[in-house]
Amino acid sequence: MAYVSIADRDHEVEHHDDPQTFITKYVWSQDHKVIAIQYGALAIAIGLVGMLMSSVFRLQLGFPDTFEFINPENYYQFVTVHGMIMVVYLLTALFLGGFGNYLIPLMCGSRDMVFPFMNMLSVWVFGLSVLILVASFFVPGGATGAGWTLYPPHAISPGTPGTEWGIVLMLASLGVFIVAFTMGGLNYVTTILQARCKGMTLMRMPLSIWGIFVATILGLLAFPALLVAAIMMLLDKLIGTSFFMPAVIQAGELTTNVGGSPVLFQHLFWFFGHPEVYIVALPAFGLVSDLLSTHARKNIFGYRMMVWAILAIGGLSFIVWAHHMYVSGMNPYFGFFFATTTLIIAVPTALKVYNWVLTLWQGNIHLRAPMLFAIGFIFTFTHGGLTGLFLGNVTIDLPLSDTYFVVAHFHMVMGVSPVLVLFGAIYHWYPKMTGRMYNETIAKWHFWLTFLGAYALYLPMHYIGFLGVPRRYFAMGDTAFMPDSAVTLNAAMTVSALVVAASQLLFFYNIFVSLKKGEKADPNPWKATTLEWQTPDNPPKHGNWGHDLPEVHRWAYDYSVPGYKDDFIPQNVPASEAPAGRDHGVSH
Amino acid sequence: MYITLIFLGIIMATIITWLLRQTLNTQPWVSEPADDAVSGASMDSNSKTVALTAFLAVATSVFALFISAYTIRMEEPDWRPLAEPTLLWANTVALILASVAYHWTRNAAVNGIQERLKPGLMLSGALTILFLLGQIVAWQQLSAAGYYADRNVANAFFYMLTAAHGMHMLGGLWVWARSTIKVWTGAEADSVRLSIELCTVYWHFLLLVWIVLFGMLLST
Repeated sequence: MAYVSIADRDHEVEHHDDPQTFITKYVWSQDHKVIAIQYGALAIAIGLVGMLMSSVFRLQLGFPDTFEFINPENYYQFVTVHGMIMVVYLLTALFLGGFGNYLIPLMCGSRDMVFPFMNMLSVWVFGLSVLILVASFFVPGGATGAGWTLYPPHAISPGTPGTEWGIVLMLASLGVFIVAFTMGGLNYVTTILQARCKGMTLMRMPLSIWGIFVATILGLLAFPALLVAAIMMLLDKLIGTSFFMPAVIQAGELTTNVGGSPVLFQHLFWFFGHPEVYIVALPAFGLVSDLLSTHARKNIFGYRMMVWAILAIGGLSFIVWAHHMYVSGMNPYFGFFFATTTLIIAVPTALKVYNWVLTLWQGNIHLRAPMLFAIGFIFTFTHGGLTGLFLGNVTIDLPLSDTYFVVAHFHMVMGVSPVLVLFGAIYHWYPKMTGRMYNETIAKWHFWLTFLGAYALYLPMHYIGFLGVPRRYFAMGDTAFMPDSAVTLNAAMTVSALVVAASQLLFFYNIFVSLKKGEKADPNPWKATTLEWQTPDNPPKHGNWGHDLPEVHRWAYDYSVPGYKDDFIPQNVPASEAPAGRDHGVSH
Repeated sequence: MYITLIFLGIIMATIITWLLRQTLNTQPWVSEPADDAVSGASMDSNSKTVALTAFLAVATSVFALFISAYTIRMEEPDWRPLAEPTLLWANTVALILASVAYHWTRNAAVNGIQERLKPGLMLSGALTILFLLGQIVAWQQLSAAGYYADRNVANAFFYMLTAAHGMHMLGGLWVWARSTIKVWTGAEADSVRLSIELCTVYWHFLLLVWIVLFGMLLST
């Protein structure tokens, strides 16, 4: 196999710069692979907390007045922190900090990120932001319960949980996170632009790298909006400025605030918030493209179109933000503008979905766990994307905006879908990260329980949204828009949620037990073309490539090229050894 | 948000146009010898310059958003413009001179004129610190005159914008301090050249940001 050509030279290589002690190897490591796993472990750990919170508030929604330990305060706190954790601290951190760190140098053929020290700083500053977030539960008044969008004035007005310290720590934590992300993001962008190996042109990069690259650019430009909003809200809270706080009567007395604009906060928040959807989605698009292509043994359909679609989505994502604010009231022409841009973004997105399906068409599909998750993603993403077309229209959004339909929509499109990709990607790269195989049977059980469970949870949620059941409420009480069917469905959804949550134990059992007991992995178990599978060591050592950097001679998708001995040709195999598909008259 | 949109529109359009030019007219599925020969780096530059350029885009985004927030918030009827202290003009002059001094130092570093490095760096640093001290004095003058941040949002914006700009200056001073220490401990012009060149770009950038902010504060 092709990687042998590099592996042969392994014995000549001395790892002079290998970190020696436990501390430099696993704690203050500057190796992008260790940092990736630190980022990933932190993100998954806090994500687990977020999932447990959702189980608690689902208990309340499914079985109101049953559990005494759930009260309106901690219900709102859990809903708020669950949302923030999942969007920012789990998905953003795991896709970009985790997979970005792991894959960029390996897939681009570099030894490491261009600024390893800053990379190390990034993960520890991220750790600090997680710590501040968790600390907010233990301060007087507890964590903020303002909803994950943290809208003023209620986010900093008495009556909302956590307005004493919780909101301050939440905003501080977000600020610290943004610093961490910026340090990481500058690294990712610079490494992709400047540190690719010889022959790795931009258009030979795997789509995973394209997705991570454009998502990082979006993050670098969009997170400042959250930073600016957080700074201004902190000042409103701590020194009594009136950026966002209007004159409010509290306990019969007028506050000292005057004239502040809550809508200004919404603009800033969603100017970050909408690109954030794509900061999460674009890496998922990239990773899933590589999973589908590898496990279908077929080149990705329409590679160039896929790249341009990522760029188009990235550009468009900055001019749709106010579709989150239709109910805040706006000039009808603005509503028309934002509805139009929102619907336009469906075009490149749909192109991608078609291309994924066409990649599967006549492929040699191997239904291993990563592929199951990837195909599952196509379903959930299409589903969530279609309901997005409903909500993008002003007239349909207005009645649905405050119902569970919206909750179902965004969970399908940016909750379940990216999480399925994450699981698929973790299974896919697990043999490279650990040198061991995971247990395929358990992984498949994990997929089916998660996939079907998520549908059992969110499909009925669309329906109760159509019935008009409002979101955000602690308890519905005895109301006309809650027919018996909706009450029963709510209980069923809670059971599904708990099953999905419990089935994640399979995932943790699998990845932890396989670390020790998993079968020793082949260096390239999926017979994939991309560079990370061609490293001399498995898992790769510090510096990745041994003595010589790889040289790239072809794109990342030479699968099933007729006339070649294998059904894949790694990117570092020269044209003289194996012609590219087109040279053999094969039409892609 | 128009201002932010224009800024970010320009940045995004630049990035996307550049990327499209790199990606159009290629047939990646054909193994081209010309592609095999590509070194990998996208730009004829070094990583630190690329990273600084990316950071300047981030900082532009931050300031553009602050400016957008300012223009949106000033439409509300409670806005009471404040009288900017005349000291700000002197501070501006100090910052312009700091920028000029840094450029002078940069020219010395590029041309290998070792003896001009120390005075150049000292001058740039001193003028920048003078600017920052001047800003703090301006704050004191304003609060002595009763322009507190919680009295009117225009005051709050003044403190916040100058603080945000000052924080960016402090970040620059940290890099300045590192190259100054290096030069003092006998480093050759060549070894600090890149750091000084990048600092010069950063100082010019922050001067531009300050002129925009100051102009906005004066005119509203």
